[in-house]
Amino acid sequence: MAKSKKIAEIAKKTSSFCPGCGHGVVIRLITECLEELGQDKNIIFGIGVGCSSLLGGVLETDRLHCLHGRAGAVCTSMKRVNPDNIVVAYQGDGDAYSIGLAETTSAAYRNEKFTAILVNNTNYGMTGGQMSNTTMPGQKTTTSPMGRDCAITGNPIKFPELVADQFNAAYVARGAVNTPANINKLKGYIKNALEAQINGEGYSVVEVLSPCPTNWGMSPLKAMERIENELIPYYPLGEFKTREVK
Amino acid sequence: MGDMIKGNEAIAEAAVRAGARLYAGYPITPSTEIMEYLSWRMPEIGGTFVQAESELAGINMVVGGAACGVRSFTASSGPGMSLKQEGITQLYDEELAAVVINVVRYGNGIGTLHTAQCDYLRETRGGGNGDYRTIVLCPESIQEAVDLTGLAFDLAEKYRTVATLMTEGALGQMMEPCELPEFKEVKRQPWGFDGKYSYKKVGIFDRDSMKEAVLLNEKHDLIKANEQRWEDGDIEDADYVFVAYGLPGRSTKGAVEQLKAQGHKVGFIRPIIAWPFPENAFAKVNPNVKGFITVEANATGQLVDDVALTVKKSMKSDIPVYCLPYVYGIPAMKAIQEDFVKIAAGEIKEVY
Ligand SMILES: Cc1ncc(C[n+]2csc(CCOP(=O)(O)OP(=O)(O)O)c2C)c(N)n1
Ligand code: SF4
Repeated sequence: MAKSKKIAEIAKKTSSFCPGCGHGVVIRLITECLEELGQDKNIIFGIGVGCSSLLGGVLETDRLHCLHGRAGAVCTSMKRVNPDNIVVAYQGDGDAYSIGLAETTSAAYRNEKFTAILVNNTNYGMTGGQMSNTTMPGQKTTTSPMGRDCAITGNPIKFPELVADQFNAAYVARGAVNTPANINKLKGYIKNALEAQINGEGYSVVEVLSPCPTNWGMSPLKAMERIENELIPYYPLGEFKTREVK
Repeated sequence: MGDMIKGNEAIAEAAVRAGARLYAGYPITPSTEIMEYLSWRMPEIGGTFVQAESELAGINMVVGGAACGVRSFTASSGPGMSLKQEGITQLYDEELAAVVINVVRYGNGIGTLHTAQCDYLRETRGGGNGDYRTIVLCPESIQEAVDLTGLAFDLAEKYRTVATLMTEGALGQMMEPCELPEFKEVKRQPWGFDGKYSYKKVGIFDRDSMKEAVLLNEKHDLIKANEQRWEDGDIEDADYVFVAYGLPGRSTKGAVEQLKAQGHKVGFIRPIIAWPFPENAFAKVNPNVKGFITVEANATGQLVDDVALTVKKSMKSDIPVYCLPYVYGIPAMKAIQEDFVKIAAGEIKEVY
């Protein structure tokens, strides 16, 4: 008989994500990791604007709904003044890579010692599926109705690669929530990121490829297939910077 | 009398002594010395200093520090303050205590480097979205700036709101003798985040704005009742009452002295806190006063609106209200006297 896993104490409230949305899985993984690491009563979240903000209603923890894009700045100071707390920025791609690109990149650049979990669903979910900096070439959104034309919009941004290549961050990875195997791997990445923070090693970030069936206009199953067939080839999964644990 | 010290540095040191332990900001003239000073001073006393990537980031770092109950602040001027409005309205909304310092410079858009008072309306009304006010303190000297910096932190925490120290470029840049306060014990607010969820703040999706509006008005009424601060002179039997704050307030006091020596019956009100506006000061004014005159360092006259509204509220509404807007700089006592003569002769018309 399959064993049902226990939901973390701090995330028992019901959420209001669309059926088949990836956010719920990511939140569950984060809260499970926090509990397993004994940090669930020692955690502050800086939550972004967008569907990620629905996380705020779920959690029974210290959390601040940050202004659109600014969680990187807010978490910077939260961690600096409360170095013994675990601080997690939870944001969408529109939040972290468009309006908040400066705050996100600068926090990574300064190697701030918090963890960023950045949920990439290749659009602005909450506002009805507009193009974001991670929208795929040719992807139709409400503001790229003919499909994203990268000749005039630039190429989809790869934040983890940028951080791993250029900055002195502690831990950088990209995971996905499309299959049980990937979900398990993602959990490992999130745990590694949190451990990097617990050990004061520096900035840790995990980008998560996550489905938005509602705005992609797909069934949840088709959305998972899109991640496998279209997103992963462009946004490769794995650890780009692993921890040098001495 | 204390040692000579530069205005901006005095303000920075006063904040440290008041228990401020997080500063985050971005440089802009004429406020920059505040951040330069704190770049070494904060680490020296075990506080946090962050050179933010922008004013937006700076104020959002203040949001993070304030959310953890730490005395947090930032400083800027003109265009930088425009960017900070986003964070200020959020600080207010979340009832976080923080201090923001505006070393005011003249101009719209990118502005100029001239000292001025052109941000009066923004600071007293709130420049961000929503229904809010911050407590606005406006010093006339470096000593008063130092005293008001400590008060700003105390009031911000007392009412769980934002306090703005609205000073001027010239005050930030000049030197005066000044007595610095003793060090305050550093205390964190008990409601600050500690990771244990002991302070249960609800997120915006669970809120009842109708109920919050009632509380918000109650808070404002309390602040208005308790925190009016001003200095006045000779208003009980004045024919004309000048109203001016900050450095122009200081030169207006000098002009009033000289006009009195010439036999004119004039007095002055100098708001020390601009919001809440010192309405109570007007209760003492000669009921037969011939007019009020604001002296301001901006182009269009901004303080004059509050004076006119207060006159309407607390006195006969047909008392004329004049405005002397000197655009930028510190108006000379001579210029104020000359313009007063023109007002008395009917050559300058009232605004209201
Ligand atoms: C300053 C500001 N601009 C715009 C908005 C409107 N807005 C709300 S959510 C959102 C998009 C969020 O997209 P993303 O970060 O990708 O998160 P998702 O909803 O996809 O999880 C926008 C533009 C806002 N709340 N604040
Ligand atoms: S709109 Fe998309 S991201 Fe938002 S809850 Fe629905 S599926 Fe999830």
